[in-house]
Amino acid sequence: MSPVLLPDLPWEALLILLPLTGAAAGALWPPAARAIGLLTTAGGLLLLAGLGTAVADAQTLRHAVGGWGAPLGIELRADALSLVFLTATALVGLGVAVYADSYFERSQARGFWPLWLFLLGALNALFLSADLFNLYVTLELMGLAAVALTAFSGGRAALSGAMRYLLATLLGSLVYLLGVALLYHATGTLDFSLLTQRLEAGPAARTALGLMGAGLALKTALFPFHFWLPPAHSSAPAPVSALLSALVVKASFYILVRLWLELFAPLSGLEGAGTGEVLGWLGMAAILWGSWQALRQPRVKLLVAYSTVAQIGYLFLAFPLLTAAGLPDPAAWRAVLWLVLAHALAKAAMFLAAGNLLRFGGHDRIPDLDCVAQRLPLTVAAFALAGISIAGLPPTGGFIGKWLLLEAALLQGRWDLVAVMLLGGLLAAGYVFKVVGHFFTPAAAGHAARPVPAAMEWTALTLAILALLLGLAPAWLLPWLDLAVGPGPAEAVP
Amino acid sequence: MSPGSWILLAVLASSLLPGLVIFAIAERRVALRTGLNLLGAVSKLLLVGWMLWGVAHGHAFELRLALLPGLDFVLRAGPLALLFVTLSSALWLLTTLYAIGYLEGSPHRSRFFGFFSLCVTASVGVALAGNLLTFLLFYELLTLSTYPLVVHRGTEAARRAGQSYLAYTLTGGALLLAGTLWLYSLAGTLEFTATGFVHGLVDDHRGALILIFWLLIAGVGVKAALVPLHGWLPQAMVAPAPVSALLHAVAVVKAGAFGIVRIVYEVYGVELAADLGVALPLAALAAITILYGSLRALYQDDLKRRLAFSTVSQVSYIALGVAIAGPIATIGGLVHLVHQGLMKITLFFCAGNLAETVHIHRISEMDGVGRRMPWTMGAFTLAAFGMIGLPPVAGFVSKWYLGLGAMQAGQDWVVLVLAGSSLLNAAYFLPILHRAWFRAPAGNGFAPAVGGRETGWLLLWPPVITAAMSLGAGLLAFIPFSPLEWVQFIARQEFIGYD
Repeated sequence: MSPVLLPDLPWEALLILLPLTGAAAGALWPPAARAIGLLTTAGGLLLLAGLGTAVADAQTLRHAVGGWGAPLGIELRADALSLVFLTATALVGLGVAVYADSYFERSQARGFWPLWLFLLGALNALFLSADLFNLYVTLELMGLAAVALTAFSGGRAALSGAMRYLLATLLGSLVYLLGVALLYHATGTLDFSLLTQRLEAGPAARTALGLMGAGLALKTALFPFHFWLPPAHSSAPAPVSALLSALVVKASFYILVRLWLELFAPLSGLEGAGTGEVLGWLGMAAILWGSWQALRQPRVKLLVAYSTVAQIGYLFLAFPLLTAAGLPDPAAWRAVLWLVLAHALAKAAMFLAAGNLLRFGGHDRIPDLDCVAQRLPLTVAAFALAGISIAGLPPTGGFIGKWLLLEAALLQGRWDLVAVMLLGGLLAAGYVFKVVGHFFTPAAAGHAARPVPAAMEWTALTLAILALLLGLAPAWLLPWLDLAVGPGPAEAVP
Repeated sequence: MSPGSWILLAVLASSLLPGLVIFAIAERRVALRTGLNLLGAVSKLLLVGWMLWGVAHGHAFELRLALLPGLDFVLRAGPLALLFVTLSSALWLLTTLYAIGYLEGSPHRSRFFGFFSLCVTASVGVALAGNLLTFLLFYELLTLSTYPLVVHRGTEAARRAGQSYLAYTLTGGALLLAGTLWLYSLAGTLEFTATGFVHGLVDDHRGALILIFWLLIAGVGVKAALVPLHGWLPQAMVAPAPVSALLHAVAVVKAGAFGIVRIVYEVYGVELAADLGVALPLAALAAITILYGSLRALYQDDLKRRLAFSTVSQVSYIALGVAIAGPIATIGGLVHLVHQGLMKITLFFCAGNLAETVHIHRISEMDGVGRRMPWTMGAFTLAAFGMIGLPPVAGFVSKWYLGLGAMQAGQDWVVLVLAGSSLLNAAYFLPILHRAWFRAPAGNGFAPAVGGRETGWLLLWPPVITAAMSLGAGLLAFIPFSPLEWVQFIARQEFIGYD
């Protein structure tokens, strides 16, 4: 683009190295951890801008670490699809980091910053990996960092939630790894671009898809593998909950999308349609079950966690939608990527707002919320705006995503998907406004209120406003998503 | 962007921006908040006046922004849109004045006036929407911005009313969304046009078009309080009086009724609606709603609840006139959009005055209140006469055109419905008037007037002005820019050859 302003740097590598270096530095020198953490997170946004302009020029960037290319060395790849997830990570990450700075006391903060930077590095590395084994390694690193973040505040609920989470995430990785091994055995490579040339339909490919899909579905908490998510996400400290729900579950979903769009769906004769159909059914079940459970929860954080279970369901509705040629429908995938962005921003805002409520009243029992509409107006606005986006009501990012997905489903005559999405939207509005209604009423018994720092209120509100603005900018942003989903399947046409 | 399209954005911004600023204003800065409110309301009215003048002289205002591939965000000011815009903007100014007086000294006024402004922005957006997607956006925004006003008091009853309001309206919104998307997938466009845009589909998708029609009508019918979708309206009466005025006259039910107009005329077109066989059932549904609402109103002792059921009944006159689908009935239906708004807002202002000044909420407590509050009850009486349809108040003009239009369209049964409804209206309004004017006050009478005035100026003037406007709209129905004249201007566009 502009070579003077933006030198040709290896942005991909820097995006991984910067947070990992920051994590090490923060761990070794705790007094500086806070400064390092905030600066590194903010710096990531600048690096991402650099990467974005580079990808806009070249479409797909490849970078061989240390000069060793595939199949021997580690190769990084950046394209529009990775950029979508990297952007969500950078924006949510920055918001959560600013929030966490006020949230944690000094002793806890020392533990938080290195773990967060480690997680950020692992996430960035995952979104930039170009082969299946690196994806496994980064997935594992991310999982460990996430479990540690869940547990590090201590407390009985947090530890037992983290334990369940650890077992689920290890099991998921293991099953995924089995699939990877199978593919390696069949094709002799793990590099994505080589795999697309060598992989043929057959029992090996089918079993590998089944194993990898199951492992990733477990890590993404797709119904009925969602059992570990609500306890882990609701017992973690608020900034961690936001990271887990907004970003960590999206990482395993990202791998699944890559595998589906680039490897498996283009293989004719794989009965990809059947697998897609199963994933779609699970997605629909997730929407209905998650929303229904959310509606029944007595506590804000549990409600928001079940809402994540439901929202993950929407992401799986694109799998059964195929074009006439039997390939993934770009219109549906574009909608899903939109929902990924909208959900990341809105869900982070919701968890941060829930954290404010918890800090303010000392509890998050919904009926006992005490006139918070007048006492914490910014937090209430953040929760309500984010909730409107989650429920897919205009004028928010959630609405645009839902509209695009509904349109794709309708054009294919998938009335079942349409009905579930509409019903899911209503249930979501139900659980969001169940909480919002109690914002206005006084509690039966008064509580001693703790002040909430302004930074914590404003970060929640800023993320919610971003989710809202996403609904005003589709004409500007959609071409990017088309870039992410359009060429992938088209290239694979023989 | 066509020249002059900025005015459409300015008309929205004139309430949106003050609303957003008001949220941030400290509670005690009354003068600043009031100033912003009035600045917004007056400038909106001036802008609307400009557009009225322009449209009457053949100018078109259109604004088009790319939103989704193949679908734009479209605002367009035609005669029909301006009918609703003018009503909302004029009544918004009066309701704002009234609310300033009504809420004097009560808590959370910044929040209240912020959402109040958002509501009006949304209803003006509903009016100006140039396609079904834009309509849907503002329609949902209206739901969301009204909710905090319904629950404003923060009581358990208010919370429940809010939940019920959302349960009804969001379900309606989901049906509207489903219908809109389905229509879009068939037609490939959602642009409102004077004679409808779905003619081309009738051969291949006749069944689908009928289903979509009912999806869309159910979607807007919730806000228009068509039976059996009306349940939220009487419950929402727990909200403060200015909010009731807003719900019943300025924004919410009007947005629903306006949606019916748009769908019948500018999505389907009257000929196609008749051809598909959906117009007559809609007229029947409207007739049932008219009679049912009036019957339920008879049995309410709570004044605001009686008025709410009266709204259920009266708003369906609009749907009835539209569904009969002849030019004269259309005039009756559309002009009632304005007339009902003027009369019903008067009644709610008066009910609010009774509650605020002498703490009367029930009809059985109203004995002799006319002597204590003559101006308030005078305005009430005038509006009630209008509701019954007595000449020369505005309601008479609506009913006259509705009846005439029905006979012209060969639907004589409608005249019976109108007559029955008028009798019922008289049966639930006249006893109130009798109590207020001819009975002696019970017990010790009412709290005495302070300073020789029956209530505060800000509470008294708005109902007196709207009552005078209801009378004026009937007496002066044929002067230029009267509601009736403007509606005839609209009918000349929707029905080619009508003069």
